[in-house]
Amino acid sequence: MTAPASNAIAVTKILGKLAREEQGRLLSILIGKLRDFQLAEDVLQDAMVSAVSHWGRNGLPASPQAWLLQVAHRKAIDRIRRTKTAELAGADLALLMEEASGQDDNPDIPDERLRLVFTCCHPALERKSQVALTLRTLGGLTTEEIARVFLDRETTMGQRLSRAKTKVAAAGIPYEVPGPEQWPARLDAVLGVVYLIFTTGHAGTADDGRDLAQEALFLCRLLNNLRPDDPEIEGCLALLTINHARRAARLDDAGVRIALLDQDRALWEASELKEGLALVEVALSRGRLGPYQIKAAIAACHCEGDTPDWSQILLLYDELLAFEPTDVVRLNRAVALAEAGGLEAAIGIVDGLEAGLSDYQPFHAARAELFVRAGRWQQACMAYEKAIALVANEADKLFLKRRLARVAGN
Amino acid sequence: MKYMMLIYADPANEPVYGTPEFEKMMAGYLSLSEKMAADGVMLAGEGLKEAETSTTLRVRGEKVETMDGPFAETKEHLGGFYLIDVPDLDAALEYAALIPSAEYGTVEVRPVMDYPDAG
Repeated sequence: MTAPASNAIAVTKILGKLAREEQGRLLSILIGKLRDFQLAEDVLQDAMVSAVSHWGRNGLPASPQAWLLQVAHRKAIDRIRRTKTAELAGADLALLMEEASGQDDNPDIPDERLRLVFTCCHPALERKSQVALTLRTLGGLTTEEIARVFLDRETTMGQRLSRAKTKVAAAGIPYEVPGPEQWPARLDAVLGVVYLIFTTGHAGTADDGRDLAQEALFLCRLLNNLRPDDPEIEGCLALLTINHARRAARLDDAGVRIALLDQDRALWEASELKEGLALVEVALSRGRLGPYQIKAAIAACHCEGDTPDWSQILLLYDELLAFEPTDVVRLNRAVALAEAGGLEAAIGIVDGLEAGLSDYQPFHAARAELFVRAGRWQQACMAYEKAIALVANEADKLFLKRRLARVAGN
Repeated sequence: MKYMMLIYADPANEPVYGTPEFEKMMAGYLSLSEKMAADGVMLAGEGLKEAETSTTLRVRGEKVETMDGPFAETKEHLGGFYLIDVPDLDAALEYAALIPSAEYGTVEVRPVMDYPDAG
């Protein structure tokens, strides 16, 4: 018999670990049964609270996850009966009661997280709500942590989450993995959310709470495990992994961003980079090209060899343009073209993009670099100034100011 | 679930009678309504007369205020609707994408308020 205090400490520790690692999986099952995000979150929370006293008294059950699920089902029945909103038909309630009285040591718990992620990232929800709902349910972030990501107030984010959860139920957004016909478009939305979470984390500084880059990597790895052999998921994971491998070299001691070519390669995480490069190969070998694979291949080209193979990168951008005919891709392609020897042509292309990208900071920064190469100092200065006026984070601002100072002397 | 598909379009962008685009639009609506009937999902569907024929009304206090024209002063006006019964939003969106007016106008897909049986 252990002392109550040490037992309590052990139990809270295990619950904390379960909340971090298993919450998404348990929620995905509960949402499938209850068809109600909020109810599922509430009853899982109830079950966690129950676990503290039960496990503290009786020790750990054989399968803590199964115990939590069973208790959560029981709590759901209580809540449904109490509120009498009866969103569930009688048959479903019977099914719930079956779940609630089942064996609590059954370790065979299904994983419904793929359905959950496609529901959270459904195109009928605003992009920001997709990100918030994914971070909340699959990442287990608190409302406060998500609010901090978006620089929103906690109440504002709470309202957004609550609206999104209500819409899922009220609009009849299905809790399903899309079929082959819709798969590419729907997967693209999911990967878009994952990528946005990554870049938000990547651009941020270390002291702003949860590591979102890690969160995005976790989500992408999860997707890759739940649906192995999909080249676009592999491509996205490769892209994130390669970028993440370079994180230590991105900023100098003063917090200024360092351009890729000037980075100290010794600071790149070698094993992570290797993993990312290998993933690109695996994805491409499947012979089903897609935008994330191309972006990952471009990132790979930037890391392999002593200098990037710009003509290869240019070809990849041509391919990417076929999937994503956007001005941003055209801009990046123009930069590759300049590097591959077509400076004047690149400047011409970029001039033509001004109308669509005049509010896009990287447009002015890239344009400035092209003007520098062409020796058009005055135009370069003006473009840097425009970029600095639009810049959102400190590391980029310092980087641009340093570039401007170097040019202004000419 | 039941969904209302509200079809909005700017008359200036609609195909003109006698053009091949007009024929294509008509054929599109015909095949859509045949499909919805065959799938057994259509509960109702009507096209509306032009927005100029609309009358808008409000009761304020005891007073009935009547106005000539549609409710919203936008270029796109409500031109018709379908009421369908399908399993979920994805199914509704598939039908909505088949509405020819979606190519130049806007289709709003809205779930119908539904009170589950008590019990």
